[in-house]
Amino acid sequence: MAQQIFAYIVYKDGTADDTALEMITAAGKIDPDASVTAVVFGTGANLDGVCNEVAASYAEVWKIDNEAFAYPNAEVIRGGLVNIIPRGCIVLVSHDTFGMDLAPGLSIKLDSAFVADAVDFEGLEDGKLKTVRQEYSGMASTHVLCNVADGAVINIRPGAFQAEESKGINGQVIDKSAEATGDLPGGARRFLEIVEAEVGDVDIKKSEILISVGRGIEDEDNMEIIHDLAEATGGDVSCSRPIVDAKWLEKSRQVGTSGQTVKPQVYMALGISGSFQHVGGIKGSPFIVAINKNPKAPIFQIADVGVVTDIIEFVPELTEKINEMKG
Amino acid sequence: MEILVCIKRVPDTSENEIEVKSDGTDIERDDLVYSVNEWDNYAVEEAIQIRDRVGGSITVVTVGDEEAEEVLRREMAMGADNGILLYDEAFEGSDGKGIATILKAVVEKGNYDLILTGAQADDGAGQVGGMLAAMLDWPYASLVNKLEILDDKKIKVGREIEGGNQEMNEVDLPCVLSIQTGINEPRYVGIRGIRKVASLEIPVNGAGDLGISPESVGESGAKVKRLDYFIPDLGEGAEILEGSTEEILDKLVELLKSKGGIK
Repeated sequence: MAQQIFAYIVYKDGTADDTALEMITAAGKIDPDASVTAVVFGTGANLDGVCNEVAASYAEVWKIDNEAFAYPNAEVIRGGLVNIIPRGCIVLVSHDTFGMDLAPGLSIKLDSAFVADAVDFEGLEDGKLKTVRQEYSGMASTHVLCNVADGAVINIRPGAFQAEESKGINGQVIDKSAEATGDLPGGARRFLEIVEAEVGDVDIKKSEILISVGRGIEDEDNMEIIHDLAEATGGDVSCSRPIVDAKWLEKSRQVGTSGQTVKPQVYMALGISGSFQHVGGIKGSPFIVAINKNPKAPIFQIADVGVVTDIIEFVPELTEKINEMKG
Repeated sequence: MEILVCIKRVPDTSENEIEVKSDGTDIERDDLVYSVNEWDNYAVEEAIQIRDRVGGSITVVTVGDEEAEEVLRREMAMGADNGILLYDEAFEGSDGKGIATILKAVVEKGNYDLILTGAQADDGAGQVGGMLAAMLDWPYASLVNKLEILDDKKIKVGREIEGGNQEMNEVDLPCVLSIQTGINEPRYVGIRGIRKVASLEIPVNGAGDLGISPESVGESGAKVKRLDYFIPDLGEGAEILEGSTEEILDKLVELLKSKGGIK
């Protein structure tokens, strides 16, 4: 029997996230014969627009319209999903800040298995799904076998699956609002507001050259060498998450899914290991130079050019070389 | 406020290169340096700051073997009041749900108002907190990077969401939160601090003590099992520049110039 799969659709400002199409590919890798249904929560015109958008790629779209879903509070939406998802199915959710909030608890309420942050699937056999994940910040991969006989909730890494081209089909939008909204829990966590990120002195989203620094810089005193290189190249300084956590740079300088999305021409990753959250913030296919003393750092997989060395010694030499050249 | 912080002993990826064993059964563990999962330090620091403001006590708990005791002791040196080690052969091979099941039993033996976990650990799943909350029917918020106690019934939390934005929520107690790095600056723990707590007793609880049926956890209860570790075939990757430092510098500067990396 074909596996029944549901794809939870995340959207923003009335447009479906890229993962909406990526999940079609993911579902096909789980079971090429799967019947795949998109599930969209929200309210009003925005919701209708997204339902129509994804109906061009999904044969069936479940629309759940209620004021309670005007803001995607994972605790409330979980209740709605539990009301409508048949037991024994696979539910795909994007491994983003919403999916991480929703999915683990959803798997408990559906009494199903849970796999976080799947990057690939290698077949479903006898009710067991072979899934590829990464551990240790991407330094090792693993195969995990997930028993999906009683259903599963699986979080899909954004960008890991090639987006299915929109098929231009005319899928059916089915209104499931009444079934979904009976007896909703989730009142114990109430959404208040979104606090927008502070705008910094430099808008790295507009930078053409980014000199980006990570944990490999080791000490705040060493930050000077990064600023010196930025000055020599005419670029701006950006960073990965640990530098912001340590308060050596402002949050507005952080590249990544939880920071800024940048699209420079040249991106230098200095002492940055290259977690998928960081790499997810680099768009527009820049020329990427990675300098890291760990040859296994995942950043080398996406960089164009790499140097395996300690940035603390190498960067001042590079700065000097550039300054010499410029005269 | 009675606070429980769930922590984990993990290989320290900033101190080690992670190598996969040639037979793929595990990573090379012989020379690994272990430490407390980085996110958990932020969770413990947050708990300490809350306790110091409103009173109460902090218990740190971990599921692990005898060696995991060292991370409990470290967090007690940091300022946690009590530690509990959850160790039983029946716990080995637990998946996320298994770990959450074990922790639920601990929660039910106590009288906690607030449970904190790190947002994720070495396996990058970030699953146990959300599962535990759902099992307890307590509210949950993940990726918390701001926490304010409003009164003894509710708190205000900020969640880190995409684009550096923050989602503010009011959450009723008791609840479970997963803590994101950067919420605070975890205090330093020196050798003297560790020595001070060296003689404190850390109780060890097994399945029997917790009233857990062994089949519901560990390998037998796991719906998700790791088969192997491997190094993926990632194609070409970066062209690694080699040669003397001088040669590498020359090549790199040339490349940067041609790609628009030097203005």
